[in-house]
Amino acid sequence: MATPSLAVEPASPFRVSGVVGNLLRATSRNRKAMAGTVLLLLFLVLAVFPGQIAPDDPSAEIFMPGLGPSAHHLLGTTAYGQDIFSQLIWGTRLSIIIAFAAGGLATALAVLIGVSAAYLGGIADGILSLITDVILVIPIFPLVIVIAAYRKNAGLFTLIVVLGALGWSYGARQLRSQTLSMRTRDFLESARVRGERKLYVILFEIMPTMTSLIVASFLGAALYAVLTAAGLQFIGLGDPNSQSWGTMLYWAENNEALGAGMPLWAIAPGVCVALLGAAFALLNYAFDEISNPALRPSRRRRREELPE
Amino acid sequence: MRFVVRRIGFFVVTLWAAMTTNFLIPRLMPGNAAIAMMSRYRGRLNPNSLHAIEIAFGVNNHQSLLSAYFTYLGNIARGRFGVSLTFFPDAVMHDVLQALPWTLALVGVTTILAFALGTLVGLVSAWRRGGMLDSVLPPIFVITSAFPYFWLALLSIWLFSIKLGWLPTSGGYNVTDTISWSWTFVGDALEHSILPAVTILVTSIGGWILTMRNNMISVLAEDYVRMARAKGLSPWRVMWTYAGRNAILPNLTGFAMSLGFVVSGAILVEYVFNYPGVGWMFLQSVENQDYALMQGLFFMIIIAVLTAILAADAATAILDPRTRDVR
Amino acid sequence: MSGERMLEVRDLTVAYHSDRGPVIAVDHVDLDLSQREFLAIVGESGCGKSTLLYAISQLLSPPAEVLGGEVVFRGTNMVSLDEGKLRSIRWRHLSVVMQSAMNALNPVLTVAAQMRDVCRAHSSMSDTEIEARSTEVLRLVSIDPVHLHSYPHQLSGGMRQRAMIAMALLFTPDLVIMDEPTSALDVVAQRSLMVQVKQLQEKLGFAVIFVTHDVSLVRHFSDRLMVMYAGQLVELGATRSVFEQPLHPYTRGLLEAFPSIHGPKVPLLGIPGAPPDLARPPVGCRFAPRCPSAAARCLAAVPQLLTVDESRVRCVLHERVPAEVSG
Repeated sequence: MATPSLAVEPASPFRVSGVVGNLLRATSRNRKAMAGTVLLLLFLVLAVFPGQIAPDDPSAEIFMPGLGPSAHHLLGTTAYGQDIFSQLIWGTRLSIIIAFAAGGLATALAVLIGVSAAYLGGIADGILSLITDVILVIPIFPLVIVIAAYRKNAGLFTLIVVLGALGWSYGARQLRSQTLSMRTRDFLESARVRGERKLYVILFEIMPTMTSLIVASFLGAALYAVLTAAGLQFIGLGDPNSQSWGTMLYWAENNEALGAGMPLWAIAPGVCVALLGAAFALLNYAFDEISNPALRPSRRRRREELPE
Repeated sequence: MRFVVRRIGFFVVTLWAAMTTNFLIPRLMPGNAAIAMMSRYRGRLNPNSLHAIEIAFGVNNHQSLLSAYFTYLGNIARGRFGVSLTFFPDAVMHDVLQALPWTLALVGVTTILAFALGTLVGLVSAWRRGGMLDSVLPPIFVITSAFPYFWLALLSIWLFSIKLGWLPTSGGYNVTDTISWSWTFVGDALEHSILPAVTILVTSIGGWILTMRNNMISVLAEDYVRMARAKGLSPWRVMWTYAGRNAILPNLTGFAMSLGFVVSGAILVEYVFNYPGVGWMFLQSVENQDYALMQGLFFMIIIAVLTAILAADAATAILDPRTRDVR
Repeated sequence: MSGERMLEVRDLTVAYHSDRGPVIAVDHVDLDLSQREFLAIVGESGCGKSTLLYAISQLLSPPAEVLGGEVVFRGTNMVSLDEGKLRSIRWRHLSVVMQSAMNALNPVLTVAAQMRDVCRAHSSMSDTEIEARSTEVLRLVSIDPVHLHSYPHQLSGGMRQRAMIAMALLFTPDLVIMDEPTSALDVVAQRSLMVQVKQLQEKLGFAVIFVTHDVSLVRHFSDRLMVMYAGQLVELGATRSVFEQPLHPYTRGLLEAFPSIHGPKVPLLGIPGAPPDLARPPVGCRFAPRCPSAAARCLAAVPQLLTVDESRVRCVLHERVPAEVSG
């Protein structure tokens, strides 16, 4: 007997809390999800309250350059005399903003285009799918580089808009195929028969059941935004005066940090990018497991006692 | 056959879309940066080449947008991207073709290797659910797949080149060597490619392992696998031909989508290692505002990606008879 | 028609391990089968009949597990055999036909290739011999042998099902187990498939265990009929007797749910209520909550399996003298 895929139950507006409740419960039971959530929360706290942990101004070049780690400077100082630890903490904010804003924008677009394409069908679907596939295939990174090249560099706003406007295609594809598989489900038929408008059907019948897929899409988009933004800033196409992990890496690389005895300057921001990325990746993976129970780690089976 | 034709059609449409975007971007950006670039060409280039570049970037354009567009497309079709500023007076195409083999060797080989190895490991780890491979690897690879390529590159340079001195820090080869097919050169090139290759391999293999493992798990629950067991086929046969061959199909389709990451990773890795491939040259051109070269390289990147996708599609058509009969 | 006991199932118990604890899907079931006998197992969805089938053919996979009992096939208890020894029994003596051929056949291999796999796994037939035998079995089920080279998705539903049956007969086994092979077909195809199966059975002399939820389907084809409810055997007897005089209230309800086209018009009676939750099975008779003849003592303990003439039934209504007890 084949394993049923994505167990779906028809939702009505009154059951949304049930869906969220289930998600929360499932998350707390899964180790990967817990690890990812903890990491993410940690970074969120740092992004919102950086001043509590690192009161120094990160861009102030007031210290002795090139210092190693010490009690005063947990991670040492840069070649310009800035405190690395402060920079790291303050840089969290920008990365979090990019992750959530660009990830959110990409997900919103993915939902809009993917679900509409599937629901509208016909020529509209054909055109939207073609556009999705084309954008999916064109490598985003070089394209963003090209755009940034003409603008000299890409500030925060540009980054968010461009990454969001180009990163929706994968999610759109997933959502479209999920919606297609739902088109024939009975509860949708009953909504149609009741005469509900298309928009209502899309918002209140289809969307709640796709919650887990949408969340997974968001996590993937956020991950991709963090990594791509870091990469762009690293090669110098971000705003070099901003405080972010990517720009730290840029300046570190420019000053040969690794060879000149300031390895932490290059290693620390990289670790942060990796950890934030890992948080999203873990949550994403955990979500796969939650929505498809067959993927969960198989427990060791004990010989159960016969209940008689 | 239909399938192949459709895919080639898609190839052409995507290529067209990419180059059209390339045409439009400089025109849409505020403050035409190309104008500044043009002044660097003045006096050094013959009028024909100058004109071609003007058309490509929308400078001093006395033509209508539409006719400029068609001339531009025509030029591209003939491989005429103008002259590079970075490597003046080389034709852009010439430089691009020089960088290409380096990237093909490094990125092409490692990607195929990562795909093959990753798929294999994923297959075996799913087959032995709950075994050592399965419990240990997936969480590790979830994390490594989130590592930024360039950071791992930096780390490995620091560890293996600077600290341990085992491998060279950068370049594709020793600058004192001459490029030839001699053993010294080839050996040297290989030595220089070890770190970049390992970086790419380690970062990208995680994704393949995970997706193949998940696919395999779904497939193993399918009736035809149970049926194969019922028929008493050898476990080897069941794992390979019944489960494996079906599980790999979504991976092949996913290959196309992952190429975006591969490309960005390749660009960054080449940058960090100063490895003379397409990615490195691409970033050089951006730094120098050598837009003509940049466009040529962008074009090459798109072609490479689309070719790889076509190859994956062909593999799917061979392995999955259902695709051959679709519409 | 009857011969030596080919299959003896004693006290078989199968559970699914779930988050809520073990769910007993098959509860201490006994079963006997003689050579050339056609036994039908009927029951509603979730009663455990498919699980029973897979348990008998040793095809269960986690989270399902055999908790106890034995399955003695041709003198050997299969429960204790390892996969290697099981393989020598599979297909040569015991073959399986699954519910949906679309899901049970490997989508990437031709029919011929799948038959070849089986032949190679269990014999040393040459390729020509294999092809000849494959052609022969296809002819048995009235499929044009040209379809040997077709892929499963290229055949119609009925053809696929018959191809599966043909495959099951490759070695003319002693027992063919069929899990709702007609569910995916329309009514006309169902009937013709049943006729064909019966003909083949009479011609080749194999025994059949046929699982279905549609009791009217097997009325004219099976020798004995076994009724399952909530994981337990509730009635077992010659098909004719069960139809003419159903002993268990559930069987009665089941038969009355299928009206006859020819008979007088009777009101359609369903069975109100729903089967019990097998994670927390009730202490008493599992059918009691829905039974029109239930008494207080039905809720106190699970009724024993009683013998009434040639049939067995699990219902207190047939208790005559306390000494008559079995199972």
